Amino acid sequence: MIFVVSFLVGLMLISAIAASIFKDLMNAVIASCLVSLIAAILFYFLQAPDVAMAEAAIGAALVTAVFVIAIRRTNRHEE
Amino acid sequence: MKRIISFVLLAIVALGIILSLLYIPFGMPKTKVGEHYIEKGKQETGAANIVTAVVVNYRGFDTLGEVTVLFISAIGLSAVLATRGKKIAKKIEPASAILYTGCRFLFPLILLFGAYIFIHGHLTPGGGFQGGAIIASAFLLIYLGCRGRRISEKRTKAVESLSGLVIVVVGLIGLAVGGRYFLSNFLPKGILFSLFSAGIIPIIYIAIGIKVGSELAFIIDRLMEESE
Repeated sequence: MIFVVSFLVGLMLISAIAASIFKDLMNAVIASCLVSLIAAILFYFLQAPDVAMAEAAIGAALVTAVFVIAIRRTNRHEE
Repeated sequence: MKRIISFVLLAIVALGIILSLLYIPFGMPKTKVGEHYIEKGKQETGAANIVTAVVVNYRGFDTLGEVTVLFISAIGLSAVLATRGKKIAKKIEPASAILYTGCRFLFPLILLFGAYIFIHGHLTPGGGFQGGAIIASAFLLIYLGCRGRRISEKRTKAVESLSGLVIVVVGLIGLAVGGRYFLSNFLPKGILFSLFSAGIIPIIYIAIGIKVGSELAFIIDRLMEESE
């Protein structure tokens, strides 16, 4: 169990750093989506299923969709 | 020089955060309120899910405030994105047959799942906000897969206003009939773990679910309309 959680936390850290480094904004949005998804799994492990569902539905799905729509309207690449 | 200064400032901030975190005893009960909810929550509210009991019953007025914040943000978004003049009717390229059929097949199932989440909010994990977000993601799927289909703006607003009205009216009835405070429970609590239990909690959570779902679907509708 501790190995699974530490692997997930490591993956979350890597994708959070990647989201800030990527110059292609679409990649950055997908990386931040991964952060939310892993956060939802971790909330479930911490016995907070209510928060996990909210995080998965809003953080991983709707916020990502809003960002993708915004990127489609503006520039895809960071200057 | 700039880099050194910013690094030193960051180090000072990090030290402050670490020092303040050292004093917080994580996992220890700080107040008696949580213990009271866990011990007496089921008897006092009749809801099997204590999170729902807290969100809808003990701090129901705050939840009304949260829903109002979401409502105001939806109105603000539609004011910012308000398109003046005529809309240029573009020809929308249809999606492939597999995507179209898959979206049409999945849409009612996701709607059913979202409705299940908020109807069973007092029994199982989840509730109005989660169920509403799932319903909005079903509408997002329709916008992405079946291009050109829209939801009616007037109907969305009507559904949203009616469900908001239900919350306020139920709260006022509770104030008049049941007890001393807004949103107090005036219906029988019923048997624990059964669907018709916990008094007004299911009614409030169904109204919140429909309200959040229509608000988020409306936000997505406005954004998608802008992006086309």
